[in-house]
Amino acid sequence: MFPELNNLLNITPDRAEQGKLTLLCDAKTDGSFLVHHFLSFYLKANCKVCFVALIQSFSHYNIVGQKLGVSLTSARERGQLVFLEGLKSSVDVFFQANEEPHPLQFLREANPGNLQPLFEFVREALKPEENGEAAWRCPVLLVDDLSLLLSLGVGAVAVLDFVHYCRATVCWELKGNMVVLVHDSGDAEDEENDILLNGLSHQSHLILRTEGLATGFCRDVHGQLRILWRRPSQPTAPRDRSLTYQYKIQDKSVSFFAKGMSPAVL
Amino acid sequence: MAAAATCGTGAGSTASVASAASKSKVTSFQRRGPRASGTDSGGLRLVSIAGTRPSVRNGQLLVSTGLPALDQLLGGGLAVGTVLLIEEDKYNIYSPLLFKYFLAEGIISGHTLLVASAKEDPADILQELPAPLLDDNCKKELDEDVCNHKTPESNVKMKIAWRYQLLPKMEQIGPVSSSRFGHYYDISKRIPQELIEASNWHGFFLPEKRSSPLKVESCSLTHGYLKLLQFIQNIIYEEGFDGSNPQKKKKNILRIGIQNLGSPLWGDDICCTENCDNSHSLTKFLYLLRGLLRTSLSACIITMPTHLIQNKAIIARVTNLSDTVVGLESFIGSERETNPLYKDYHGLIHIRQIPRLNNLICDESDVKDLAFKLKRKLFTIERLHLPPDLSDTVSRSSKQDLAESAKLLGPGCGMMAGGKKHLDF
Repeated sequence: MFPELNNLLNITPDRAEQGKLTLLCDAKTDGSFLVHHFLSFYLKANCKVCFVALIQSFSHYNIVGQKLGVSLTSARERGQLVFLEGLKSSVDVFFQANEEPHPLQFLREANPGNLQPLFEFVREALKPEENGEAAWRCPVLLVDDLSLLLSLGVGAVAVLDFVHYCRATVCWELKGNMVVLVHDSGDAEDEENDILLNGLSHQSHLILRTEGLATGFCRDVHGQLRILWRRPSQPTAPRDRSLTYQYKIQDKSVSFFAKGMSPAVL
Repeated sequence: MAAAATCGTGAGSTASVASAASKSKVTSFQRRGPRASGTDSGGLRLVSIAGTRPSVRNGQLLVSTGLPALDQLLGGGLAVGTVLLIEEDKYNIYSPLLFKYFLAEGIISGHTLLVASAKEDPADILQELPAPLLDDNCKKELDEDVCNHKTPESNVKMKIAWRYQLLPKMEQIGPVSSSRFGHYYDISKRIPQELIEASNWHGFFLPEKRSSPLKVESCSLTHGYLKLLQFIQNIIYEEGFDGSNPQKKKKNILRIGIQNLGSPLWGDDICCTENCDNSHSLTKFLYLLRGLLRTSLSACIITMPTHLIQNKAIIARVTNLSDTVVGLESFIGSERETNPLYKDYHGLIHIRQIPRLNNLICDESDVKDLAFKLKRKLFTIERLHLPPDLSDTVSRSSKQDLAESAKLLGPGCGMMAGGKKHLDF
């Protein structure tokens, strides 16, 4: 996790909030560093994490996680982390037509209607222990990334349904958190993606939006991060709070600074 | 601590590859340096695969794309297990060159090739590969290996550096291999026939594959993509690139080349209409291909006619599903062909995306304005330079035209004072 980002968001691993949906959105840049941040944050906060990783392999997250101070292999071994590796299981699901349901079995279908097997997998992974004693704090669902499901043939409405079911289970019933990543296609006119993004923006409590700089590529400032706190349950609440920072990604951390205050310029 | 073996130390000449344990499959992402938890059977064998080298940044195994200039722009080379997507130029003149460089590099390094095309027979593609430009030492080694002779003892006694005589000679791995990373090619000549015959290659020519009863019931993959995916999976499994055959003594890389993916010849209609029925076919294929590549020692180059794809959303999705994306924009047929700014070049090359693998950052080049030029023997990529302004007077009217074209160059180049470019002699 990045300590500077924790300060900006005003959270620490000891006092993690509960029942929140966080939306990570990147436009014309790569926002995956936020996924690594939240993964290591929740593992350090002693939460049970279910990670649906569709876009990269396990070793990628593991190696970056080790730079950030968590070991995914040991977390998986002691049961704190349930990892669904999309890339590895997709080939098995596609070529071997088994009868038993698999969370990714929508790959076999031409027009998948819904993501119910995936939801069942998540619910199974995060259900509380039967013996009553909670070894971990709140459960957390992490999805990287939802836009990929649109590329695999799932409709935007089906993805929104899946998020809704997960929210009802994870956020409301189990008092856990959800973090999802969606790409913003910008001017690429991806209607399904826009539906998904707008729908999620209205449901989420915290939106972290990374964008490239409007002036183009810069070596010292990699992009801009907009943080938006929302309260979807109270639409008439006072104005949502929003902050904008610029960031530079380094080897093991990310440094944030106010706009125009990059150390390279000062 | 396993975390102590971090990147940043100088690049070693060997990549450490864990021997395929029965529990874990061989992934294409390997750590440099020994693992602390050495519970794998047999420990580690320091085997270097010919034609690869570990990345300086994080020890990621890299292969050369065949163009050393492009390797440098991509941060050292193409990572094993990833896809290099080439967005074809408008008339498909220069992208086949990059495709052939990639395959030729595979032959010289001794890698296995898999060539897939719906337009040309893979055997014909291999005949047209460029010949390598080798210095005399490498040429002697290649000639000897190809003739299957044992390397003769050097009968030239060293007089001055006689201590080096006692050192053992370097073993060549594989029948045809060169220990260098990245070679130069001469596109005016064809690759020697012996090199092609000595190499191990598989071809996939779509018109030859008749439809057979499909095991997977109707899914949204086009027939051509489905056959290709099954073919690739077969080769990876049978030849053990995914570590499923631990008895194989030496590891090798599989280089996959797919030409004109997405064109109507593959049975896909995304290049024909905007609202196509099967718009997910290509993206699903790319996702499954990515899954196959990540769990095997292979690298893939795909050329795609993205300028024909009507739906921009699909291009964005395809870019997100590929790791490295390079776009070619040739000047042929556009008004830039006659523009004096670009008279030294044949087109622009855009590095649209570089992956961040096992890392938070990637080696992005600072130079964003790159142009390529096809000389008689070489394909060169260089930074776009504006020609010097040699005119005596600066007239206002022509300044407007040049300012328009210079605006498209991007923030990398400085603005040139416009003027009618004429030389008075």
